Amino acid sequence: MSLFLIAALPFLGAVFPALLIRAGRNAAASAAGLTSFLAFAGLLIHAPAVMRGEVVTARFDWIPGLGLNANFMLDGLGFLFALLILGIGLLIILYARFYLSREDPMGQFYTYLLLFQGAMVGIVLSDNILLLLIFWELTSLSSFLLIGYWKHLPEGRQGARMALAVTGSGGLAMIAGMLILGNIVGSYDLSVILQNKELIQSSPHYLPALILILLGCFTKSAQFPFHFWLPHAMAAPTPVSAYLHSATMVKAGLFLMARMWPVLAGTDAWFYIVATTGLVTMLIGAVIALFKDDLKALLAFSTVSHLGLVTMLLGFGTKIAVVAAIFHIINHATFKAALFMTAGIIDHETGTRDIKRLGGLRHLMPITFTIGIIAALSMAGLPPLNGFLSKEMMLEETVHTTWLNSHYLVPGLALVAALFSAAYSFRFVGHVFFGPEREDYAAHPHDPPVGLWLAPAFLVVLVVLIGLNSAVLVGPLVATVSSAVIGGEKLPYYSLKLWHGFTPALYMSVVATLGGLFLLSLHRRADHVWNALPRPEAKVIFDAVIAALTRFSRWITDELHNGVISRYAIILIAFTVGLGYYAYATGTIGLETRVPLPAQTIPIIGWICLVGATLAIMWFHRNRLLSLVLIGVVGLIVSMAFNYLSAPDLALTQISVEVVTMILLLLSLNFLPTETPWDSTAPRRWRDAAISVVAGLGTGGLIYALMLRDFAFPTISEFHLANSYKGGGGTNVVNVILVDFRGFDTFGEIIVLGIAALIIFALTESVLGTNVRSYLLNRKPHWPQSGDAHPLMMVVATRVMMPIALMVGAYIFFRGHNQPGGGFIAGLIVAIAYLMQYMASGYTWAIERQRFYYHGTIGWGVLIAAATGLGAWFNDRPFLTSDFGYIHWPPLEEFEWATAILFDTGVFLAVLGAVMLALDSLSRFAWQPGMAQEHPMDINPLRDAPPDEDQDEKEHA
Amino acid sequence: MEALVASAVGVLTAAGIFLILRRRTFPVILGLSLLTYAVNVFLFATGRLALDAPAVLNKYKDVPYTDPLPQALVLTAIVISFGMTAVIVMIALSAYLSSKDDHIDMTAQDSVDAPGEDA
Repeated sequence: MSLFLIAALPFLGAVFPALLIRAGRNAAASAAGLTSFLAFAGLLIHAPAVMRGEVVTARFDWIPGLGLNANFMLDGLGFLFALLILGIGLLIILYARFYLSREDPMGQFYTYLLLFQGAMVGIVLSDNILLLLIFWELTSLSSFLLIGYWKHLPEGRQGARMALAVTGSGGLAMIAGMLILGNIVGSYDLSVILQNKELIQSSPHYLPALILILLGCFTKSAQFPFHFWLPHAMAAPTPVSAYLHSATMVKAGLFLMARMWPVLAGTDAWFYIVATTGLVTMLIGAVIALFKDDLKALLAFSTVSHLGLVTMLLGFGTKIAVVAAIFHIINHATFKAALFMTAGIIDHETGTRDIKRLGGLRHLMPITFTIGIIAALSMAGLPPLNGFLSKEMMLEETVHTTWLNSHYLVPGLALVAALFSAAYSFRFVGHVFFGPEREDYAAHPHDPPVGLWLAPAFLVVLVVLIGLNSAVLVGPLVATVSSAVIGGEKLPYYSLKLWHGFTPALYMSVVATLGGLFLLSLHRRADHVWNALPRPEAKVIFDAVIAALTRFSRWITDELHNGVISRYAIILIAFTVGLGYYAYATGTIGLETRVPLPAQTIPIIGWICLVGATLAIMWFHRNRLLSLVLIGVVGLIVSMAFNYLSAPDLALTQISVEVVTMILLLLSLNFLPTETPWDSTAPRRWRDAAISVVAGLGTGGLIYALMLRDFAFPTISEFHLANSYKGGGGTNVVNVILVDFRGFDTFGEIIVLGIAALIIFALTESVLGTNVRSYLLNRKPHWPQSGDAHPLMMVVATRVMMPIALMVGAYIFFRGHNQPGGGFIAGLIVAIAYLMQYMASGYTWAIERQRFYYHGTIGWGVLIAAATGLGAWFNDRPFLTSDFGYIHWPPLEEFEWATAILFDTGVFLAVLGAVMLALDSLSRFAWQPGMAQEHPMDINPLRDAPPDEDQDEKEHA
Repeated sequence: MEALVASAVGVLTAAGIFLILRRRTFPVILGLSLLTYAVNVFLFATGRLALDAPAVLNKYKDVPYTDPLPQALVLTAIVISFGMTAVIVMIALSAYLSSKDDHIDMTAQDSVDAPGEDA
């Protein structure tokens, strides 16, 4: 099975539980289980190849420009982790089916679980560090959903938030580290990075990259001082804890350290950071675990401790320590998942997880007892169980480790940690299962149904078998994985067996076990001391830090974003002016290479009108109607200037847009105050004036300088001019650019225009739904109303002009490809033709005759444009490639037919619909009852028809 | 000619910015319209000025053509700026009709009254 499919299966399968939950909880669970099983089976198909030491790969260039490739690889290390993730995932799916109660939304649970599983599989199979980072963040997100699964519990929500905050910010640090690493090597592919040990370790950026990557690993794997999130994540349902916090998510950090081991390990920095962190974590976790009364909290801190153990082994940087680390990862996954499930069973059946309220369960729950005691003794490190083997190897390695010239520090502290580890494991057994039976259990304890104990039972069988016969069962796997971790070099000699003779490790084990028993006997007294000691409470610190950060960001937001828009505007403008000045002061300006065009009389007159009107607007802007008239003058001069300066298309567009904009502004002024009162102080006005003048001078100066110089580089315009006719089949180059060369931009633009119109429509709908409507109905107009709202002359004139205007629109549209015109302009002209009817005959009159909705017009426009573009695909051309040909229909002249005209039809419809929808929405504000007049110039031929027919006709309309 | 266009762009920019810095909605809308003219003419002028040389190909003889690219750019910009103006007008109008106030700035009182705040 392709690696793509293995990684994708859980994601694909995540859909099914959510859908199938309607068919019952078994259906949802089976769907999840089947998906996992398929992926698991697909993985096992590759097992023989992987065990031979081959690397299975699957490559796909995703975004090669960014170095982001969807490359997957499966080597020993990835295989082991994928095996754990999918295998234990299967057991958890079984266990959760019986663990979750009827009230819990099980479909959601399995969906989240599969999403998480997919993300984890993605991490371990990635051969590209950018891809790995994506999956890494996905695990943070999906574990957030899983930890906070019981949304009604505040602990669940807080724990989920804390986990996300800690692992998420670690992930951010890791992104930075990975990018540095990728930069050093020049590739983001792991297989390339792993070949470049010397290059990476000699780089000056090695240390920052190492620290950032380790931050990601340490937060994920709950290493001190980031260990605190893990116990709080125990608020999750037990299947989640068993899955995420024993076998998978917290191991992601270990996985990455192992993955990067060949290139990052072996330096002093690596040893002191990683080994020390691991040692401290192992010790602290073990000590705290002994004093936790909550079963899951005990297991959580024990997990922290064991993760520290593996981290420390990887930190040693020796090959034999890697073997021990890999072996312990396997062992820990088996016994810890079983222990979590056991804790879940106890919680489920007795109603409590508080060790102080438990005890004497060995006869009441014999099966659970058997499972629990085997797993716990393996955790304590007793022979002949698998935990003993890897712990021995760990102790053996510590003996050979020197920390700052001290031979005793590491083994000594490791021994203490092992001692506490034995003590809390014995406590798990002794205080829960042994001791007298109690009268006050929260519920009557009994063994659970087989569905609950089957999964942990399977795991403890593994615990025993691996312990007894490790060399055969997991020996080859450990060897394959270890050689994958150390980069394919030769493995040192080691043997996985119970009896190594009288070694220092054996003595240490004996001391740890006996010491653990002794410590447990003192537990009551030690507990008093522990509780009396002042301890930093991680949650309090975390909450304080988060609260301080929140206050800080709120302060920044409030200061910057205080709702005073004029302040934002002035900051933006002043900054832009400053930037412009900086560019002007530091840059150089070339020589003038163009001769200015002579200024003729008429342009000078136009200039005087424009500047005069603009200054008048500034002066008279308080009189709003007058400033609208003046702005119309400006628009007119601008369109004339376009026409004069060889841009007929622009002139046509500008003048038609001018008309609709004016109508829009006039309509809106109908409802706004007609005067702008004075509310700026004189100094403020002077300040604004000064900024405006500087900005105006700068902009004018810039464009003046630009116009008098030739292009510094050849432009692409020549290409458009040369290919417009040959390639696009049109002689109007501007239109060919719009509908052909840059058709995709135009396509985006008509969508934006449509969205703008829909926003206007939606705003109108929502505003008119409030008490604004009654205000509008009762409001007095600013100006006295005309006695004749729809003057005869105007009505007649506009109705006569309607077909002419439509004809002009059609003419402009069809000539567009070869002469100035096109869809944009035609759309505007036709819109104006309609608006004339609205204005002359009234909104009500027009709306009664409207047979279609403008929303639909916009939609059809966009769809037609898209369909034209897609058409190119059927001819094996890229999206929006146009085609054209010539048709001769006698007696007509030969004429040209280009697919671009279809695209232009889409543009036409979208522009028409958008303009109409915008103005139509605005007109609705003006609607008053009784506006429809019975007898204006309403020449309705049906008016004199018999009444019932008339009725019919209206219904059809 | 270039001096005329450049000075017109400068005057339009200055007037537009001055009006954008006013504190009521309507002058700000006017200011944006003026600034739109300025920006469009500016973009258009980056193709340099040419008289009697529209970018419509002549089949019969070789004639100079102006730069078509800024024109295509500005054509879409004109239409889009209509959409933008319409949306702003609508927002201004809705805000005025809902609150009977056409100030663009939130005052300290507004932020206290704002719904949805915890305080």
